[in-house]
Amino acid sequence: MNLTLKIWRQKDAKAKGGFETYKVENISPDTSFLEMLDILNNNLIHEGKDPVVFDHDCREGICGMCSLHINGHAHGPDEDITTCQLHMRKFKDGDTITIEPWRSNAFPVIKDLAVDRGAFDKILQAGGFISINTGGVQDANAIPIPKKDADESMDAAACNGCGACVATCKNGSAMLFVAARVSSLAKLPQGRVEGARRAKSMVAKMDELGFGNCTNTGACEAECPKGISIAHIARLNREFLSAKLKD
Amino acid sequence: MSNLFTSSIGKKLIMSITGLFLVLFLLFHMCMNLVAIFSQEAYNMICAFLGANWYALAATVVLAAGAVIHIIYAFILTILNRRARGKQRYAVEATPKGVEWASQNMFVLGLIIVVGLVLHLWNFWYNMQFVELAYSHAEIEALGLEPTNGAALIAGLFSNPVYCIVYLVWLAALWFHLTHGFWSAFQTIGWDNQIWRPRVMCISNIVATIIFLGFAAVVVYFYAISLCPGGVCY
Repeated sequence: MNLTLKIWRQKDAKAKGGFETYKVENISPDTSFLEMLDILNNNLIHEGKDPVVFDHDCREGICGMCSLHINGHAHGPDEDITTCQLHMRKFKDGDTITIEPWRSNAFPVIKDLAVDRGAFDKILQAGGFISINTGGVQDANAIPIPKKDADESMDAAACNGCGACVATCKNGSAMLFVAARVSSLAKLPQGRVEGARRAKSMVAKMDELGFGNCTNTGACEAECPKGISIAHIARLNREFLSAKLKD
Repeated sequence: MSNLFTSSIGKKLIMSITGLFLVLFLLFHMCMNLVAIFSQEAYNMICAFLGANWYALAATVVLAAGAVIHIIYAFILTILNRRARGKQRYAVEATPKGVEWASQNMFVLGLIIVVGLVLHLWNFWYNMQFVELAYSHAEIEALGLEPTNGAALIAGLFSNPVYCIVYLVWLAALWFHLTHGFWSAFQTIGWDNQIWRPRVMCISNIVATIIFLGFAAVVVYFYAISLCPGGVCY
C-alpha cells in the first residue's frame, strides 16, 4: 500500500503547530498502524529529519498509552480497539490519512502527537482508590457478590484511561473516565464504603482541572476502545447527587 | 448540599429539572390548545380563566423563571464546554456511530426555540395577558382588543401560511430538542442503566412526537378552516 499521511507536527507545548505531509510506500496491509508510523520514522531518521513523536507502550490494547485522532476518529475508524490494535487493512491503497493529537484544554500537546494526560492521574489521586489494605486475593465466593454487580464492575474496570472519551467529547468532558472508576469500585463491597466520598472528590478534581460538562451525546461510549457504557455516567450522577444531598 | 450547584453535575441537574418542568408545561399548554379544535368557546373560557389574576400571574412568573434559568444555564454550560474543548480544533471530525444529530446541536436548537418563543409571546401573550395587565377594561375596549378571545387570535394568525410554516419549523426544532433533552434529563438525574436507557430514549421520542403533533394539529386545523370560511371550501 502507498499512503499519504497528513500529520500534526508541533515542536513543544508552546510552539504553534501545523500539518506536514509525508508519503509512505510498500506498506503491508498486515502492518499495524503504529508499525506504519515506525516505518515512517525510520525513513525520517535516515533522511536526517526529526521523527514524529507519538505515545505507545504495550501495543496489545491493554495499557491505554496509545492515542491518536485518525481521520476524525479517536483510535481510528475501527470499533472497540486502541490505535495499537488498528491494522492498515482498514485503509485503502492511495488513501490520505490525517493524524492529529487528542484535542482538549486539559490535555496539552507535549510534542507532535503526544499529549499530557496527567490530569487523569490527578483525578485518580483525588479518590480513585480504596484507602485501606483489603488484604490478599480472597477465596472465590468468600465475599458473595451478585454476578450482575461483578460483571458491571469488571466492565467499568476495563477502562484503561487512554482519554479517547475526552478527545471525542465535543465538550472535552471526562465523565466517562470518572464514571468508570467510580462505578468499578462502587459495585464491589470493598469499594462501596467510600463510594460517596470518592464520587465527590473525583468530580471536584475533574471540575477543577477544567474538563467540560457532559451533555449525554454518547460519543464517548461510541469511540471508547473498551466500549464503556454511559450507563456508568448515570451511576456516577446518582452517587454524586445522593452524596451531596446527604451533606 | 454544599457546592452542589457550582459543580458540573449540579449545573446539569439544574438544566434537567428546569427542562422537565418545561416539558410538563408544554404538555399542559398542548392539551389547552387542542381544546380550541373541539370548541372555540371552551378555549376562550380557558383564556378568561388564565387572564390577569393572581394564580395565573404566579404560574406565569414561575414558568418564566424556569425558562430563564434553563436558558441562562445553557449559555453558562456552553461557554464552559467550549473553553474545555480548547482553541485548537480537529481538522477532520467524524460523527461517531449512533450519536444523534440533536444531541450535538442542542444549543443551536435551543436558540431557534428562543427566537420562536419571542415571536410566540408577541403574537399571543402580548395580546392576551399583557394587555390585561397594562390597560384598564375601558382602554382595552377602546383599543378594540379582545384578550379573552384566544380562538380568534389563533384563527387570525394561522390563516396566514407564512406564520403556519414558521410555527411548524419552530415546532420541528422543539421536537429535535426534546428527543434528546427528555431522556438526557433522566440520565443526568441518574435514573438510567443499560436496560432502561433504550426504554427512556423510546419514551423520549414518544413524548416529543406527542408534543409536536399536538401543537402542529392546531396550526394545521386553523389553516385548513381558514380555507373553508363558513364550512365551504374553495
